[in-house]
Amino acid sequence: MTDAVLGPSSPAPQRPVVMAGRPALLGLALVLAAVVATPILAVALSIFQRGSGSIAHLAETVLAEIVLNTLGLMVMVGAGTAAIGVGTAWLVTLCRFPGSRAFEWLLLLPLAVPAYIIGYAYTDAMAFAGPIQSGLRAMFGWSRGNYWFPEIHNLPGVSLMLTLVLYPYVYLLARAAFLDQSTCVLEAARTLGASPWTACLRVGLPMARPAIAAGVALALMEALADFGTVQYFGVTTFTTTIYRTWFGLGDRVAAAQLATGLLGFVLLLVAVEFLARRDRRFGAGGRRHRTIAPLYLTRRAGALAFIACGLPVLLGFILPVAALLRLHALDGDPLLSGRFLTYAQNSFVLAGAAAVLVVTAATLVAYAGRLSPGPVTTTAIRIASIGYAVPGTVIAVGILMALGGFDAALDGWAKAAFGWGTGLLFSGTAAALLYAYLVRFLAVAAGPVESGLHQIPASLDAAARTLGASAAKVAAAIHAPMLRRPLLTAALLVFVDVLKELPATIIVRPFNFDTLAIRVYNLASDERLAQASTGALVIVAIGIVPVVILTRMIARDTRLGSRPGA
Amino acid sequence: MAPSPTRRALLGGAALLVASPALLRAQTRTLNLYSSRHYDTDEALYSDFTKQTGIAINRVEAGEDPLLARMQSEGANSPADVLITVDAGRIEKAQGMGLLQPFASETLASRIPANLRDPDGNWFGFSTRARVFLVAKDKVAEGAIGSYEDLADPKWKGKVLIRSSTNVYNQSLTGSVLAAHGPEKTEAWARGVVANMARPPRGGDTDQIRAAAAGEGDIAVANTYYFGRMALSSKPEDKAVVEKLRVVFPNQADRGTHVNISAAGIARHAKNIDAAKAFLEYLSTPSAQRYFAFGNSEYPVVAGVEPPPHVAAWGKFKVDALNARVFARNNAEALKIMDRAGWK
Repeated sequence: MTDAVLGPSSPAPQRPVVMAGRPALLGLALVLAAVVATPILAVALSIFQRGSGSIAHLAETVLAEIVLNTLGLMVMVGAGTAAIGVGTAWLVTLCRFPGSRAFEWLLLLPLAVPAYIIGYAYTDAMAFAGPIQSGLRAMFGWSRGNYWFPEIHNLPGVSLMLTLVLYPYVYLLARAAFLDQSTCVLEAARTLGASPWTACLRVGLPMARPAIAAGVALALMEALADFGTVQYFGVTTFTTTIYRTWFGLGDRVAAAQLATGLLGFVLLLVAVEFLARRDRRFGAGGRRHRTIAPLYLTRRAGALAFIACGLPVLLGFILPVAALLRLHALDGDPLLSGRFLTYAQNSFVLAGAAAVLVVTAATLVAYAGRLSPGPVTTTAIRIASIGYAVPGTVIAVGILMALGGFDAALDGWAKAAFGWGTGLLFSGTAAALLYAYLVRFLAVAAGPVESGLHQIPASLDAAARTLGASAAKVAAAIHAPMLRRPLLTAALLVFVDVLKELPATIIVRPFNFDTLAIRVYNLASDERLAQASTGALVIVAIGIVPVVILTRMIARDTRLGSRPGA
Repeated sequence: MAPSPTRRALLGGAALLVASPALLRAQTRTLNLYSSRHYDTDEALYSDFTKQTGIAINRVEAGEDPLLARMQSEGANSPADVLITVDAGRIEKAQGMGLLQPFASETLASRIPANLRDPDGNWFGFSTRARVFLVAKDKVAEGAIGSYEDLADPKWKGKVLIRSSTNVYNQSLTGSVLAAHGPEKTEAWARGVVANMARPPRGGDTDQIRAAAAGEGDIAVANTYYFGRMALSSKPEDKAVVEKLRVVFPNQADRGTHVNISAAGIARHAKNIDAAKAFLEYLSTPSAQRYFAFGNSEYPVVAGVEPPPHVAAWGKFKVDALNARVFARNNAEALKIMDRAGWK
């Protein structure tokens, strides 16, 4: 179900008119794919080195469990994020009920909460020794073993944690798609006698499917790559096993083989979605003449809708933030001072630079897919998107290997040619860090950009080209304004993701360069959760800023009631 | 002044153009530190060193394993001068990967006990933490449990709280059991520990300690400094936890309690060797030793430096004299044994 992330289905029956292909654009996409694939290949190539036989050991002991756990995680997170994300997006976009306007942005808030943080917060609150259980025991005189309390340190628990912070990916993309849908189509369905709900199920949902698939794919890839939360919850997955095989058993070969197995899961997803919608196009084919007339819910239905939208916000944002505030009050970080300003500044600059870089790259790739369709492009696009599912640690080490090799080669060449070396040009620089983010998050930006581009009907291109516009002119004058929302969505997602990112930042960063996420991680890994809560709250607070900006832009577009564009 | 590392790529590019080797020459008055310690109190230590010697410290702090991967890929051009880890297993791994260089220092040889040093001089431990039991005072009688071997005794079924085998502290502990008993007995022991667990492994050492105080199990296995930290806490919650528990130093009747180390060594391609040596020797001075002891509740390794009162209050104990290099080298084997025993 991930095709939208990884490129337009091809061959499409109703292709854009530009059939000649764009060699320069295609070349760029290929270069990007190669650049992104290099660190992953650097790791994967260790398969060909001699291993110490750990795979046999793993197969005997833990392999079956990690495959089952990983599958279970995907099913639960996929179903959970799809249900919550699509359901709430539909409710707030097309229905009116008490609070529906506020929920438009409230539902995005969990996006600012890193998965490992929500894990810490719930663990602390719900532990046997935590405030809830201790309080209950004190109140009712219970003792260990004679009462039941939900256990969250298991597969369903960790799936719930990940679902609560990942559903906004689906919500965001689904909502953008619903907003962009042609009212004509929905109203045509109504005219033909369909009830609002039938119109939704038979017309609205299928049309939004590329966006929904892109969102679910992002959520699933994030879940596959998660390390901190699953490890803390004691659930063994591919990611944790890669880590302990590599570093605990010291067997890089076996770790690379496991990483390849993980990629297998991703490719499986890609294939399923590709087969499912290979012959369809999703362009609306008509203009949206005005805003969709909202459906005013009855009091009872409105109450249900309120609960449906309120629960994810309560569980995914309000409760964990309350738990963090409690920890902060108990024993918070005393350093809310100049030091924190530096952390925040570093985080902000990194995230901003990464957002610009990654969205630019994603746009190039998306255009290569639109203007030079074909198997080569499709493959390049897929490769360029695969980094998101690879655990950050693996990518980081791959980056180190690739850049280290490059630096050493250049150094050796300079020494031979000029008699002096260049040293390390890229290793340990901010540029290396941005490279890591590009590899890891290109798929995040590609999802919204491509599904946005998908929704622009090819007939528009055709008309413009017939009137003599060049492809560049079409992109600048017609596509750019129509793509504003997807581009912003992509930038927001990358920004927030980089803000929360841990492993690559920790490993690749330059000397004396700390971010908020690193501060939180260091304290948390040192088991100082209460102190870590302060930094976590700051991350959440900063993460809210772009969320609010985006919400306002979407709201403005919607209020104007006009289809953006020429 | 050293070029800002964040601008190194730019500078390097410029240097390529103007071809000025002097620009790239190593600086003398700075020290580049790769460290997996990240305690706030260490910052006071570093600034104290800078004040005493005028040598500025640049730091990257990350997990040991990724740090080693970084040093390895940087190769001969790595800026790292000194590597610090918080577990013997990791510093020994760095040595195995060829990332360290041996160095001789009479100061260190005379101050650091032999079992806390690499026999070949590649690294040394500068502070220790003991892996002990924190037992519930009201449930475990004095003397009822006395050794790591007892953790596998069926009488403690459902009572043992210990974290996952992914954690290096448990790998090192199991590595020390392996050194004492050999693989078969160690596997049987690991199975016994798994059978006695109060719950599947989860969380960190602090979580085990809290769970023991709350009655989820009777015996928590943890490093001393976690308990020391709680003992110093002003939070009533933590005070209550400390009140309920007693520290047991295992194996006092035989080989002694397993201790692990924070260790340091000089990077193989260090550019500032004199500064590196000065720093390592500084780590063995009484003032630096007191930073570790008072800042992070660790045990000083240099004779004559006393642990802080709240740590000394747990009593003196016999330390397992096994050289840290031995259990460190047992780590991978220990992890396989734990896998087979079903220790998650």
